[in-house]
Amino acid sequence: MALRTRILKLSNLRCVTQQASRLRAMSTQSTQTSPKEGPATATEEMKPGQTHFGFQVVAEEEKTKKVHEVFETVAEKYDLMNDVMSMGIHRMWKDIFMCRLAPQPETKLLDMAGGTGDIAFRYIKYLQNLGPSQGTHSSVTVCDINQAMLDVGKQRAQKLGYTPESCGVEINWKCADAERLDLPDDSYTAYTIAFGIRNCTHIDKVLEEAYRVLTPGGRFMCLEFSQLPNDTLQWVYDQYSFQVIPVLGQLFAGQWKPYQYLVESIRQFPNQEKFKSMIEDAGFRQVTYENLTFGTCAIHSGFKI
Amino acid sequence: MRSSFRIIRCYTTAANSNNFAEEMKKHFIPTNSFQKAILTVGSAAISLLNPHRGDMIACLGEVTGESALIHMQQRISETQEGLEILKEKPRINSKTVSFDKLAEMPENTLGRVYADFMTENNITADSRLPVQFIEDPELAYVMQRYREVHDLVHATLFMRTTMLGEVTVKWVEGIQTTLPMCINGGIWGAGRLKPKHRQMYLKYYLPWAIKTGNNAKFMQGIYYEKRWDQDIDDFHREMNIVRLVKK
Repeated sequence: MALRTRILKLSNLRCVTQQASRLRAMSTQSTQTSPKEGPATATEEMKPGQTHFGFQVVAEEEKTKKVHEVFETVAEKYDLMNDVMSMGIHRMWKDIFMCRLAPQPETKLLDMAGGTGDIAFRYIKYLQNLGPSQGTHSSVTVCDINQAMLDVGKQRAQKLGYTPESCGVEINWKCADAERLDLPDDSYTAYTIAFGIRNCTHIDKVLEEAYRVLTPGGRFMCLEFSQLPNDTLQWVYDQYSFQVIPVLGQLFAGQWKPYQYLVESIRQFPNQEKFKSMIEDAGFRQVTYENLTFGTCAIHSGFKI
Repeated sequence: MRSSFRIIRCYTTAANSNNFAEEMKKHFIPTNSFQKAILTVGSAAISLLNPHRGDMIACLGEVTGESALIHMQQRISETQEGLEILKEKPRINSKTVSFDKLAEMPENTLGRVYADFMTENNITADSRLPVQFIEDPELAYVMQRYREVHDLVHATLFMRTTMLGEVTVKWVEGIQTTLPMCINGGIWGAGRLKPKHRQMYLKYYLPWAIKTGNNAKFMQGIYYEKRWDQDIDDFHREMNIVRLVKK
C-alpha cells in the first residue's frame, strides 16, 4: 500500500514538472496498480525490449545511448555537481563504502562505473594508510562505459600524482560495458560499483558478470541511491530532488535535463530488499545491506562462495 | 519612405512558424514559481560573478521577463512589418542567412554592415541559445527574436562587443523592451567598466543610449532580413537613430 501511495504521490509531484503526455502515462500506471503488485507494475507497463530512462519508457538500446549522452555532457562537471547536490555528503558515503570494503594489500579490485576515480583513489589512500606493503601486489582496474568519464579520472590521477611507483598500486583504466566484460573468470578479489548500477540497462546481467569475474571468496559491493523507509523523510527528499536538483544543474552545470534524469532514475531503482534479492539471485551469499543517511543511499554486500 | 524595402528571397529563407513551435516544445522545461525564484536569484548571482556564463544571462532574461515580453509582443505588433515577423517567425542563423553573400554586398548596406560586424568581432549567429523556460510559444518566439537580433542591434548602432559597447546596447534595449535583464545588465555591467571607459560612458555613451532608446523605433520589430540592401544612413533616418559622435 505504501508503495502505491508513493507512486501516486510521485505522479502528483510530476504535475509540476512533466509534460501532459508523460503525466497521462504515469497516472495510468498508478490507477492500474494493485497494491500487491508493488514494484513490478512499472515493468508490466513496458513491452518486451523496453526499459526505463528516468520516468520515460524507452527501447533498451535507446537507454544505453541516452545514458551515454547524459554522462558525456556531465563528465566535466561531475565532481562539482556531486558536491553541490549532496552538499558534500557523497564524499562521506564513499569513505564509509571504502571502510566497509576494508581492502588488504593483496586485493585485486575491479571498480565498475568508476570513471572519475572517486572509489579508486580512496582505495589507494586506504592501502597507503595501512603502511608499507611487504612485497604484496595490489591493483585496481577502473572500468567505465564512457571514455569521457575515464578521461576525467585519468587527469585527476595525474594531478594527484598517482603512478604505480608512487602509490604502490597498479591502476588500469578500461572502457567496458558492465553487462559484457571481456575479463577472464575468477580474476578479481573484489568488485565495487558506486552510483553506477542504476544506469545499467540489465541489472541482472551486471550482477552475473560481477559473479563471473570474482574469485571464489571474492566480495561484491555496491553503493547506490535507495529508498527512505520513513514516509515524511521521503517526502522531504522528493521535494528536494524534484524541485531543487534540476535547478542546481541548470545553475552550476548549465544543464537541466541530465539532472532531471538523475532524480528520476533514483526513483526507478529497486528498494533495498528487492535489490538484495536480485543480488542473491545472481548467486551471491551472505548478502547484507546498510542504509546511509536515512536510506538515501545503501551499501549492499555479497560474497561469491 | 520605404524606397529600398525589398524582399530578397535568395538571401534569406523563410522559416516555418510550425517548425519553431516544435523546436520550442523540444527545448521547453516546465518550472513552477518556486523554481523560477531560485533560478532568478541563482542566475543573477552567477552572471554577476562570471559574465562569461552567457547561459545564465539568458536564463535570467527568461525567468524574469514575462511582462516585458508581453509588452514587446504588443509593440512589435503595432507595425505591419512587426506583424509579419510574428506571423512568419523568421530565425537568424548561418542556415537561414547567407553571410558570404551579405559580405559581398555594397558597402553601407545593412547586410554588409552586419556581416562586417560579425567578422570584426569574431562572432557567429549560431551561438544564440534556445529559449527553455517560457511556455507560451508566441512569447518564447519574442524572446528568441530578441536574442537573434541582438547582434543586429549592435551592428546598426555601431557598437562593438566590448563591455562599453555591450552596456550601451543593453541600455537601448532595456529602455525599449523593458526586460529586467537588460536594465540590470546596463546598471551592473557599468560597474565593471575600467576608469577610462567609465568616463566615456558617462560623458557620451549613456546619454546617447538613453536618447536613442527613447527616440528610435522599436528595434525588435524590424524585419532586418528584408532590408539587407537598405542604405545604413537611410535606415538610421527611417528608424530615428542618430549615430554617436564623440567630441
